[in-house]
Amino acid sequence: MTPTTATAVPTSDVDPFSPEFLEDPWPFVTALRETAPVVHLPRHDVYAIGRYEDVHCALTDWQSLQSSAGVGLANFHHEKPWRPPSVLLEADPPRHDAPRYVLQEILSPRRLRALEERWRADARVLVDAVLERGTTFDAVTELAEAFPLRVFPDAVGLGPDGRENLLPYGDFAFNAFGPQEGLVAKAQAGIGPTIAWIGEQCRRENLAPEGFGAEIWASADRGDITPEQAPLMVRSLLTAGVDTTVTGIAAVVHAVSTTPGAWERLRAQPALLPRAFEEAVRLQSPVQTFFRTTRVPTTIARITLEPDRKVLMFLGAANRDPRRWDRPDAFDLDRDPSGHVGFGMGIHQCVGQHVARLEATAVLGALLERVAEIAPAGRVRHHPNNTLRGFESVPVTVTLDRA
Amino acid sequence: MTTTQDDARPQPAPAVAGVRTLVVDARREVAEDTVELTLRRPDGARLPDWAPGAHLDLVLPDGRSRQYSLCGDRWDAHTYRIAVRREAQGRGGSVYLHDEAQIGDRLEFAGPRNNFRMTPAPRVLLIAGGIGITPMLPMLHQAIALELDWRLAYLGRSRASLPYLDELEALGDRVTVHAKDVDGRADLDSFRPDDPAVQVYACGPERMLDAVEAWAPALGHAPRMERFAARADDRPRTPFEVVAARSGVATPVGADETIVAALRRVGVDVITSCAQGVCGTCETNVLEGTPDHRDSVLDERSRDEGACLLPCVSRCLDRRLVLDL
Repeated sequence: MTPTTATAVPTSDVDPFSPEFLEDPWPFVTALRETAPVVHLPRHDVYAIGRYEDVHCALTDWQSLQSSAGVGLANFHHEKPWRPPSVLLEADPPRHDAPRYVLQEILSPRRLRALEERWRADARVLVDAVLERGTTFDAVTELAEAFPLRVFPDAVGLGPDGRENLLPYGDFAFNAFGPQEGLVAKAQAGIGPTIAWIGEQCRRENLAPEGFGAEIWASADRGDITPEQAPLMVRSLLTAGVDTTVTGIAAVVHAVSTTPGAWERLRAQPALLPRAFEEAVRLQSPVQTFFRTTRVPTTIARITLEPDRKVLMFLGAANRDPRRWDRPDAFDLDRDPSGHVGFGMGIHQCVGQHVARLEATAVLGALLERVAEIAPAGRVRHHPNNTLRGFESVPVTVTLDRA
Repeated sequence: MTTTQDDARPQPAPAVAGVRTLVVDARREVAEDTVELTLRRPDGARLPDWAPGAHLDLVLPDGRSRQYSLCGDRWDAHTYRIAVRREAQGRGGSVYLHDEAQIGDRLEFAGPRNNFRMTPAPRVLLIAGGIGITPMLPMLHQAIALELDWRLAYLGRSRASLPYLDELEALGDRVTVHAKDVDGRADLDSFRPDDPAVQVYACGPERMLDAVEAWAPALGHAPRMERFAARADDRPRTPFEVVAARSGVATPVGADETIVAALRRVGVDVITSCAQGVCGTCETNVLEGTPDHRDSVLDERSRDEGACLLPCVSRCLDRRLVLDL
């Protein structure tokens, strides 16, 4: 085959950050994925990919597709980042190695086991309180936001004041992977104090003597990371550790309440809970997109991109690619969702994924113990964000287990 | 601008890998009695990621397993490189790789894993004794890439016995070579840095490491070192039975399948993600049986405790493995 030029790559005028797109991305990402493996989006001059195999390759191939030029729309080779870059998400090997290794150990399933009992007990207390107030409630505010905000800041070691900054900060940071106009511009005016508060919490003296934050600082004492990296790693927890899990929990409650038979099945087989969460993450893909930047000439599905090009990976599209998944749009408890890219894949795969799983199965497990039936109780509203497929409201009504 | 290219990219690893196999791709003498092997997957797919200091467990055809530091370039995701000194008095692994392993031969592998990680220190002293140079090579290239202030002390009994000597000496006066046959017995303490900000890494014979370890009080930090302790490491790929205790199900695990695949066959759910022993998603508590760990994530303590394993790649050394599933 003779090499062809850019004309081989179709273009699309879709804007993945427009209000219409963010309101319901699925028709857009499906069309892009089915048009061609690589589609150029001239509106932002980025190359979009959405087929499972290509996204999987792009996520794992850190040698070709770098993160240190930013994993949002901005190219840090040419544009100034809005904050000092993350030492994890926005770093490549070798600089990525030490922070990643340290945080991966702190958030490993072995270490989280120490929290498990307490989190499950906390989840029961929360669910009891919610059900005490009534059997019709908004699963976003009452469970999906309430539970992570109840356990995660304590686990990090934050003080009691100012925690209301966590959700707005995460919302802003995930918006900031998109263009500077629109959602970012709208939030810009009020976000200053929130950014300042986050920065303050990352300092050693503001963190409890035990917790993820203290463990990060202890790693700096051992020389495993530098004292300059420590606060940025705490910041990573505060940026990526709340809104994402909120979205994941909302996604699984939404899925089980809208899929006929799902709750009954989980009641009969609680061992399927981890699968239910994983399947919800596959189906809804709380993190919809991330970018990479080509470091060298990079071939994706036979298309070779020049260095310094932005590649937009549609994780949600890959997680619903019919080439990889049967009935991809269905929430299916008989499916093995293993291998979905909702947490990413490769060296940058979500370092907090085990925390997310523990939070979600704790809160859902507590609900499963008390609730016999769950059903939608009104219109589901999404929360527009340039990166996250967030929920504003998931109203449900439940029937209590009388046993 | 873009171009279209004919050769497709390597496929991602299958969702459930069976036997993890490497093929000998090239052999090269790199010193007296030292052979360098380049290894790749039979299908040329990407290999698990690693960082300087990592080692690979190679399982020889008779089930014996040996550890070798990775000494290649991790920007090449498709090959691993190791260098092996022939130890006639050793336990037989090096003799096999020297005398029998030919290009095209297949070897099973576990890992890679890393007990010898680099830390972000601005000044670095690497001390290598003979074949102990292998983990130092990627460390040194990393130090160069990061523009660190680095030094290498490379010691051995003779120049002819020192692997990669030419390419290392070409790096200039940051490299000090001390060969006993030319330079006499080395005074190791003469290499001890005065500046406590210098992070020391060492790999080589036990006696050398003991001497470097004794520097700790003077340095104010512990030198980081790799000791390949001889350990019970026979790991024949024999079938065994896996029991999912909570589900009340048992099933044999064939020699060529994973625990995850065997359990799925009988309806026991194990969620995996990377299926390569890297991400930790499938970590499972072990109730009975001795795990044969083949992952890249569990540290030595967790391995020795044997309380958990990664069933996407790991196996069992006993006839029966009981999991908390």
